[in-house]
Amino acid sequence: MAFDSLSQKLNDIFKRLRGKGRLTESDVDAAMKEVRMALLEADVNFRVVKQFTASVKERAIGSDVMDGLNPGQQVIKIVDDELTKLMGSESAEISFLPGQAVTVIMMCGLQGAGKTTTAAKLAANLMKKGKTPLLAALDVYRPAAVKQLQVNGEKVGAEVFAGAPGSVPAVIASEALAYAQKNHKNVLILDTAGRLQIDDAMMTELSDIKKAVEVQETLLVVDAMTGQEAVNVAETFNERAGIDGVILTKLDGDTRGGAALSIKAVTGKPIFYAGMGEKLSDLEQFYPDRMASRILGMGDVLTLIDKVQSEMDAESETKQKEMASRVGKGRFDFNDYLESMKQMRKMGGMQSILGMLPGMGIKASDLEGQIDEKKLSKTEAIVLSMTPAERADPKLLTPQRKYRIAKGSGNDIADVNRFVKQFDQMQKMMKQMGGMKKHKHGSPFGGMGGIGGLGSFGAPKF
Amino acid sequence: MKEEMNRETDGELNEDRPKKKGFFARLRDSLSRTRANLAGAFTRYDRIDEDFWEELEETMILGDIGVQATDRLMTQLRGEVKERHITEPAQCRELLISDIREKMTVDGHAYDFENGPSVVLVIGVNGVGKTTSIGKLAGSYRARGKKVLIAAADTFRAAAGEQLAEWAARAGVDMIGGAEGSDPGSVLFDALQAARSRGTDILLCDTAGRLHNKKNLMEELHKLDRIIGREYPEAMRENLVVLDGTTGQNALSQAREFNEVTDLTGIILTKMDGTAKGGIAIAVQSELGIPVKFIGIGEKMEDLQRFRPDEYVDALFDRPADTDNTEQNEEGADGQAQSEER
Repeated sequence: MAFDSLSQKLNDIFKRLRGKGRLTESDVDAAMKEVRMALLEADVNFRVVKQFTASVKERAIGSDVMDGLNPGQQVIKIVDDELTKLMGSESAEISFLPGQAVTVIMMCGLQGAGKTTTAAKLAANLMKKGKTPLLAALDVYRPAAVKQLQVNGEKVGAEVFAGAPGSVPAVIASEALAYAQKNHKNVLILDTAGRLQIDDAMMTELSDIKKAVEVQETLLVVDAMTGQEAVNVAETFNERAGIDGVILTKLDGDTRGGAALSIKAVTGKPIFYAGMGEKLSDLEQFYPDRMASRILGMGDVLTLIDKVQSEMDAESETKQKEMASRVGKGRFDFNDYLESMKQMRKMGGMQSILGMLPGMGIKASDLEGQIDEKKLSKTEAIVLSMTPAERADPKLLTPQRKYRIAKGSGNDIADVNRFVKQFDQMQKMMKQMGGMKKHKHGSPFGGMGGIGGLGSFGAPKF
Repeated sequence: MKEEMNRETDGELNEDRPKKKGFFARLRDSLSRTRANLAGAFTRYDRIDEDFWEELEETMILGDIGVQATDRLMTQLRGEVKERHITEPAQCRELLISDIREKMTVDGHAYDFENGPSVVLVIGVNGVGKTTSIGKLAGSYRARGKKVLIAAADTFRAAAGEQLAEWAARAGVDMIGGAEGSDPGSVLFDALQAARSRGTDILLCDTAGRLHNKKNLMEELHKLDRIIGREYPEAMRENLVVLDGTTGQNALSQAREFNEVTDLTGIILTKMDGTAKGGIAIAVQSELGIPVKFIGIGEKMEDLQRFRPDEYVDALFDRPADTDNTEQNEEGADGQAQSEER
């Protein structure tokens, strides 16, 4: 959870402000001091922090606390407003040339930011949208960079163009463009060599490429963990290569991701996508407004909904609906368990989902110990060792059958017993919950209750 | 004593390199921005007042030293200034330099593992330069006549094996690898057996980059660590985490988490050749007590060097201790982008 720790910090700060009718200068000063520290710890650039706290302070001092808000919430609201103003509120899209004209996208960035991986992820993403991308390997320096792009391109099913050995990147770019035009590709993604921003020769290479082919979108790939330096990186690339937008990578780490704020603030360029994981499908649309609310601990529910929707095909959606209704009635069986495990994997695992839910993030460290994908797969093995009849009706499980299952799944009989018992308890709990809350069938969250509850099945201490 | 140590280190990693000063000069270059800022704080003021403290704090934070490490240094510095009745910014600066240097000093036995037989496990998040650092280490040990073997246990990233193979070829050392997607543990196992039977001095193990908050991947690392202990218990152990010099405060969290699953013995700080300010090294050392052992400053084989706190701090604060302003051969022309990227 990128901004989690920051949200928590702000929460702590504002607790002290509760219970007052008007914000005095000293209140605001105390809060701003903490906000400043929190933002700096989150790697937001110093200049940006200064500017930010100044504008929040100006608005906050003397402002009447609105009806229904306590002073803390009032400050949070102002911080949120200003944060949203800074990050922008609309998500930006890459613009494409109409029809079969080839849109050229150039990826650039520092070494190790993740350009090659992101290029492949972007190709996969665009293919989902019906584009026909061609990847071009312009990193002729790093050992095996071309190979890496080829392998990743193959994985996502996108064609990769590699120049003849010894070719200059600008030449490969023009050749790739000609190839794209001839072979009915409508997007060309150029994967350039990583560089140190101070390296003149390499920066020149970027402008040479831009001279050789007409680039529609120059995208800067930035590691979300970048420190104070993020501002200089963005500024220099913007000056020398003229960037049109940003892709933020490694946002699935625990970095607070202040770099996002810094880059947006100093360049004004939109952040198009965020890299969220190891899989080549893990590239997500970047929503600045959601990012801002994430800072304030509202969780990223919207992203979760998006994720659930895009990963769930129509067929499994029906299944999900059925499951949700059975869960409500407490008739949740082992088949449902398997199905929800499958869905979870598709969506990037338990932790990735829980991390996106508000309020969950705070306990991320507790969850860490409990939800262990390995243990989950152990319980999966238990279920897979059951007969179809047993899966559909947990009541069938006699000691003999359990013994067989234990042997079949390579577990101890005690493990099986524990798992079945927990399953039983969970079933009862779900029945109660189902009675209390009306499940909204069809909404992705209908099923989520079940999936979320299942987390504890991963807990048995084997 | 100090001289003796210097001579010793000179004789090791750098002996095949006539351009020792060049390294220092470039480290200074790369730290120049922090230095300029810090110098600004020291020279712009003629007395020590609150403005002075505030600006000093800001510049340290801008250098990625981190809020907490900065706080600690500032508190210590304020105490000393008060105690010794210091009024000159220049004296204050000397104090800060010696405080930081003291924190950054590397233990005398830190490099014992280089005599072998030893197993060096190199870990870190994605894209920090693990593969490249291993290539550079292999080259320098090979040049010193050590028998080096590389284990390519990054079986996850596309073409990671090929990248490392190229480095191994350049360094002239053997490499043991596996197919993409194969079990890193089995690659490591094979490499350990080979290192043992061949009488290898140093076995360098590359691993797949992993974000430190991915439980299952960290678990895998823990397993690799155990395999080494089990299969080659008599070897000296070295677990090095690679940190990117441009990373901000998250580097602390990285070091902390990796230290949880494998007992870290040191840090390789890479990409100090950009405009990275490198303050994070101070933060990591002071908050976790894990020493920075190597520093990567360029893209060539010899651009990974032992970390020298004296040079680092001197460069950070621009002390004219070394007269090394002699210009070096231009390096820019063949600057190849060889850093690991994912």
